[in-house]
Amino acid sequence: MSDAGQIRIILAKLGLDGHDRGIKVVARILRDAGMEVIYLGLRQTTDSIIAAAEQEDADAIGLSMHNASHMTLAPAMVKAVEAAELDTPVIVGGIIPDEDLQPLRDAGVAVVLGPGASAEEVAQAVRDAVASA
Amino acid sequence: MTAPTSSDSGRPDNPAYAEWRERYDAANLRDKPFETMSGVPVEPIYGDGPYPGEYPYTRGVYPTMYRSRLWTMRMFAGFGTAEDTNARFKDILRNGGNGLSTAFDMPTLMGRDSDSPWALGEVGHCGVAVDTLADMRDLFADIDLSAVSTSMTINGPAAVILGMYIAVAEEKGIAPDQLAGTIQADIFKEYQAQKEYIYPPRPSVRIITDMIQYTSAEMPRWHPLSISGYHIREAGSTAAQELAFTLANGFAYVEAATAAGVDVDEFAGRLSFFFNSHSDFFEEIGKFRAARRIWARWMKERYGAQKERSMLCRFHTQTAGVSLTAQQPEINIARVAIQALAGALGGTQSLHTDSYDEALALPTEKAARIALRTQQIVAHETGAADVIDPLGGAPYVEWMTDEMERQAEAIFAHLDDIGNGSILEGVYAGIESGYFVGEIADSAYRFEREVNNGNRIIVGVNDFTDGDDGEQHILRIGPEAEEYQRKRLADIKLERDDDAVAAALDAVTAAAADPTVNVMPPIIAAVKTYATLEEVVMAMEKVFGTYVEKAVL
Repeated sequence: MSDAGQIRIILAKLGLDGHDRGIKVVARILRDAGMEVIYLGLRQTTDSIIAAAEQEDADAIGLSMHNASHMTLAPAMVKAVEAAELDTPVIVGGIIPDEDLQPLRDAGVAVVLGPGASAEEVAQAVRDAVASA
Repeated sequence: MTAPTSSDSGRPDNPAYAEWRERYDAANLRDKPFETMSGVPVEPIYGDGPYPGEYPYTRGVYPTMYRSRLWTMRMFAGFGTAEDTNARFKDILRNGGNGLSTAFDMPTLMGRDSDSPWALGEVGHCGVAVDTLADMRDLFADIDLSAVSTSMTINGPAAVILGMYIAVAEEKGIAPDQLAGTIQADIFKEYQAQKEYIYPPRPSVRIITDMIQYTSAEMPRWHPLSISGYHIREAGSTAAQELAFTLANGFAYVEAATAAGVDVDEFAGRLSFFFNSHSDFFEEIGKFRAARRIWARWMKERYGAQKERSMLCRFHTQTAGVSLTAQQPEINIARVAIQALAGALGGTQSLHTDSYDEALALPTEKAARIALRTQQIVAHETGAADVIDPLGGAPYVEWMTDEMERQAEAIFAHLDDIGNGSILEGVYAGIESGYFVGEIADSAYRFEREVNNGNRIIVGVNDFTDGDDGEQHILRIGPEAEEYQRKRLADIKLERDDDAVAAALDAVTAAAADPTVNVMPPIIAAVKTYATLEEVVMAMEKVFGTYVEKAVL
């Protein structure tokens, strides 16, 4: 976290999924909540996200997934964070069925935000994840 | 029963009506009584002109509309392997659907094979995986391609997929000129909204003009382009932005094709459109009516179209996937019914109704059947198909139509301005500067704020939230599809003639490098050697390069 206590969060679309409506809305919500948002854009890899997280000294990594590939890609992101010896929490939002919530948490995802999360819930979830990292 | 007088019958007494009536009376109609459930006979149309089938077509593109033929119930399907989707296709045809619409998986949409590192965890998830001609053959196994109309929703690698479809038809003894259908191939909205692009805009438009030229010459029943606002709306635009960006993209393709030397009346009649039907009932109907009027005016006045068909904005409609809620998913059936009715009252040519469980995953078979049944209810039980443009003349609907047109014209003026008198250049400039993505993101954020602060109620989400039993029945695509596709692709790569593949791919690259050569024939030749989708895409990428979007918030 920066000296002022401002949370720096990387937001990225990992893989081929091009649905970026949600992540752009979330970016603005988090900015409105006083965070610094670094949006990497589409078609990112775990490597490109790790590089950005290190370079930006990010407090959290947020992924948005709408492609039913979350059970593959989210755990891969967590493993990449561990392999880079970072302790940056990975937060996942998007189209996530209820029955996938626990398996994703078991895989090391810090927070999973499903459809219908309010702006306040999103911002608070990020703060909590950063605080407990 | 006594013969009704003119005023009793609702028949207007004017020459325009008489002219329309002549065309109507000469047409074949559906074999059913046009009367209400209570037995009251109803006229085909009420109110003033311009009558349907009459310029500028606000009230409908054809003189008889659904009195002759209902809209095509075209249900979008695709998941897992080609065999899985083939089974769903046959199910749709058996259940009375009469058009096939193919969804491809993400790697296919992006021109990647199932064995690409990018495909990990994505194969068969959002649609069907197609790597080679063998997959395309399985996809349409036992389906008579001369008897169905097939829509394929793919853009970046559209030319390659079309090439595979032509090759499979040829194996079945069906010539290209017998094939009916549509390939989306609308690349502009990819940069603006859906984000499934491969090459930069200008080379992508070159491929599209090649497809327009090829299909104009060889495939008279084929629609080489479906200019799509659906994804623009799903990405968060307003109704007027959806309307304006979509039609502007249409104008841009017209400018590109005519600049390449194709006469406007040679191809404009085979352009089609694809709109979203969202939940604000009257706004949607106004949007559909305005689309017809704007397209007709611009085609005639600005682009000099002479043939009537070139001026007709014929469109497919899909209910708004983005309106479906994960909470209390069953209530989505009501949303879809209302949106489907708006599409019918708006005069759509074909309709896909979303399944209630699609907020979370691909539809289950039962949900997909309910969705089809929903539009069958609109078609057969409500009477909405018996009277043409039944809301035409209503002050609110006419005002909304005018308002949609007014907002769209303001956007066209902006694009014309930044394009120095060319909508095509205006669209390129708007993509380059982030204008489209910025406008869409602003609208999406405004909507989200309204929901979040409670100014806009979404039932089940921010109000009326009791009753969610939390049960979710989800169609899961297991890892089997990915394993199957990878194995199959590996086998094909072993069996094929590598020299023939390499030579065919070189020919594709050479065609890409020479703007005077059409890329379609070498693409068709390449897929016949079992060159993969990704290989053909890469053969062109050598010349065209790739597009990377600037990350704009």
